[in-house]
Amino acid sequence: MEGLKESEANLVVYLHPSMAKCVNDAILRELSSLLFTYSETFDGVVLAYDPNVRSNLAKILPGIHPYLGVRLKAKLLLFSPKPNMLLEGEVVKISRQSIHAVILGFSSAVIADEDIRDEFKYKVKHGKEVFVSRHHKKHKIKVGTMIRFLVKSFDEEILHISGSLVAVHTGCARWLDANLEEWSQADSTTRKRKGRDEKEQKTPDDKMMANREMPSLKKDDRIKKLKKKRKEHT
Amino acid sequence: MGIELAPQQTVLHDMDELSFTDSELDYHVRNALKAAVQGDCDSYNQLVAVIHHKERLVPEEVALLMTCLKALTGAVSCMHIVHHRSLLAAIFGMSLWNYGTDVMDALVELLISLAASSGQYVDLCLEMLVTNFMPPSSSSTYFIELLKQPRGIDKKHQVLDRVHSTFQDIANLVPLSPLRLEKIVRDRMPNIYTKEPFIVMYVENMLTLESGAAGKLVGGSMLVAIMDRLIDLDVEIAWDDILQDDFSKGIFDMELEDLEGFSDHVQQDGDELTRESLMQRFFGGNLVAEKLDSLLVLTFEHLESCSGSGRLIQVFETLLQSFQKTVLTAYKSKFAQFVMFYACSLDPENCGKMFVSTLVNIFVSGVYPAWRMSAVAYLASYLSRAKFVAPSFVAATLESLVNWCFDYCNKQDGDINPRAHKIFYSGCQAIMYVLCFRMRSIISVPRLRSQLLLMRIEDILRHPLKPLEVCLPSIVEEFLRLAKRNRIFSVPDTFVDYGMLESELSRAFGGIERLDTFFPFDPYLLRKSDRFIRPNFVYWSMVRNSYYEDDEDESASDEDIAEAGISIADDISVDEGDAHLDEFDYALDKMSITPRDSSTKFGGRIQGFVQMPSKIRPSTSPESL
Repeated sequence: MEGLKESEANLVVYLHPSMAKCVNDAILRELSSLLFTYSETFDGVVLAYDPNVRSNLAKILPGIHPYLGVRLKAKLLLFSPKPNMLLEGEVVKISRQSIHAVILGFSSAVIADEDIRDEFKYKVKHGKEVFVSRHHKKHKIKVGTMIRFLVKSFDEEILHISGSLVAVHTGCARWLDANLEEWSQADSTTRKRKGRDEKEQKTPDDKMMANREMPSLKKDDRIKKLKKKRKEHT
Repeated sequence: MGIELAPQQTVLHDMDELSFTDSELDYHVRNALKAAVQGDCDSYNQLVAVIHHKERLVPEEVALLMTCLKALTGAVSCMHIVHHRSLLAAIFGMSLWNYGTDVMDALVELLISLAASSGQYVDLCLEMLVTNFMPPSSSSTYFIELLKQPRGIDKKHQVLDRVHSTFQDIANLVPLSPLRLEKIVRDRMPNIYTKEPFIVMYVENMLTLESGAAGKLVGGSMLVAIMDRLIDLDVEIAWDDILQDDFSKGIFDMELEDLEGFSDHVQQDGDELTRESLMQRFFGGNLVAEKLDSLLVLTFEHLESCSGSGRLIQVFETLLQSFQKTVLTAYKSKFAQFVMFYACSLDPENCGKMFVSTLVNIFVSGVYPAWRMSAVAYLASYLSRAKFVAPSFVAATLESLVNWCFDYCNKQDGDINPRAHKIFYSGCQAIMYVLCFRMRSIISVPRLRSQLLLMRIEDILRHPLKPLEVCLPSIVEEFLRLAKRNRIFSVPDTFVDYGMLESELSRAFGGIERLDTFFPFDPYLLRKSDRFIRPNFVYWSMVRNSYYEDDEDESASDEDIAEAGISIADDISVDEGDAHLDEFDYALDKMSITPRDSSTKFGGRIQGFVQMPSKIRPSTSPESL
């Protein structure tokens, strides 16, 4: 999944003098106020932090309240979806006009019917709503499915994503991974697709090497998927 | 397949002639929305008109409204926040209270769809739902009347059930919405001047949120906001307007029980001071007190249900934090602290002990002197008044207080100084106050009696800092009397300020805030919520009774006569502004003549010298036995 990145940040946290006794707690509290809000400085939503206070010295700010400025390095996990990134999320609601999904448990995504490709047809089966692909009967999207979609836009205030299922490599994630050949052949422009495949292979590899300690929730799943992909290709 | 609509006629008119299928209406609505973006607003305006129409809807109009709402639900992706401003305003201006359940359902579906479709509508949808916590203000009188009838209650449940389930549905689709909801609910909380039914309904909704699915996320801040509002109301009730000029007749010192049925009371100034009449005098027509009363009833009921579902401890932790921040620091809050009292009564083992240990901590190692003194006043009042606290626990807490005071005075070699050692004096006063109430129950258990005797209370009281002279005379006097009678401590006999409620020195240590006369859990005076507190509350007369019972067996001794003299001194009617000394002389005259008779009614003697911060009279009313 794209959109997640890890970065190192040099931060200065200003603490009220009353916190001088419990600096570590105060730092954690300050950092936790950043969580789940979009920050322009970091260009992303902070999902997790790992602070590392280097020295015991702090600068005292002159002023009415002598705030303490503590320098620290923090590893931050950031979520910053940009247009045309490929994201994955769990479907929570399906209606004739839209599919609603939740990404990483906190960000809501909606895919309106004009952004769902014609291949998918809305049906009600056994009282449950589902989108079924006309070409591949097994390719279904219903409540609980993990879907992969492209980002159209991202509302930074409420962390709401507007997505699209127009592209061929979007849809039910499990089906797409299991049936690479089927959907990659379905599209007539093979060159574009091959380029896309190579890119997809590269980026996961790069990520694996760079972020060994990435506390992603989906890390294990991704490793399994990648191993599976490698097996299929060899 | 276009639908031609005559431009000057309303859509309603056309509905009689044409019939639409669902998809046709979908299509029509979508076209209307898209056309409005382009500038062609005819169909769009008709749509807006349908939404606005809310007065006395006939069934066809209801059906039309519902189908429009349903069609809009499907067309939310075509909506634009700027171009469809008036339509959105019409939608968000609708109030669920004005419609039947069908329209309500269609409307909430639309809201859910809107909230999930784009981030910009989430706040607006949540705000609209929060506004629906209360009936629309434009027809408030109608609804206030309606809510007194059963069908009004039904309506309320219909609306509120849907509102809260919609919050849940939106939270499923937009996981961060509870965060926004929390902020919106707090910001829109009615101020203390709002009419009572509305503020009560809003708080009821906040409590529903606290115990609901999103309770873990928003519950804490709901409780804190409610406690803040309770304090706001509390401080608006003015004691000082009601207090007489002579502080010794301070009414908050008085403890009243139902004296109905005892018509042969000694009447003072022709006032029959039953609890009812006193409450009426205070609070008759006092809207703020009525609101506080109703909100406290809600809060107590909520605590009861939390206790039933096993959540009381978490709720209590939040309340305790809020207590330390706002109630403890508020200047003499009168009733809001009873929330803590009631919560402790529901779970004395956990909540009660947590409360006591927090107060002890603040007293022993707090930062601000005023808070420390306030904390020990709360502690003393709680230990004395809470029926559900075990004597062993009282003894243990007393011991820690005594130890602190003992350590403190060992480090001092100065003389009496109320201001400098005010924390120490407040600690001593707390110890004496608790012992006045609890001495009997402690010494009746041999193990606790010996524990009490081992405590260094005598050393503290005899110390050059002279706490007996500084602390509130009424308390000291009662304590000495009890100590002597029970032969527990050997304490100095000589005591100057008999019959005085307070003295110069006590005022000095109490400071401007008068923390020397602060007894936070004094008898409760709010009518409706009293039934929660009463069963758990220790009234002075109940305790006093137990002391008197024993004495009736003993022969009259000098002590008794001396006491009788004092008791009778209580009974003497005091006109406003009388000099204390006159009364004292009069009492001395009486001392040797009048035998003590504790069984006769001392009723109505509430005015006059109040020895203890309560009525001292053997009560023969049923509740106290």
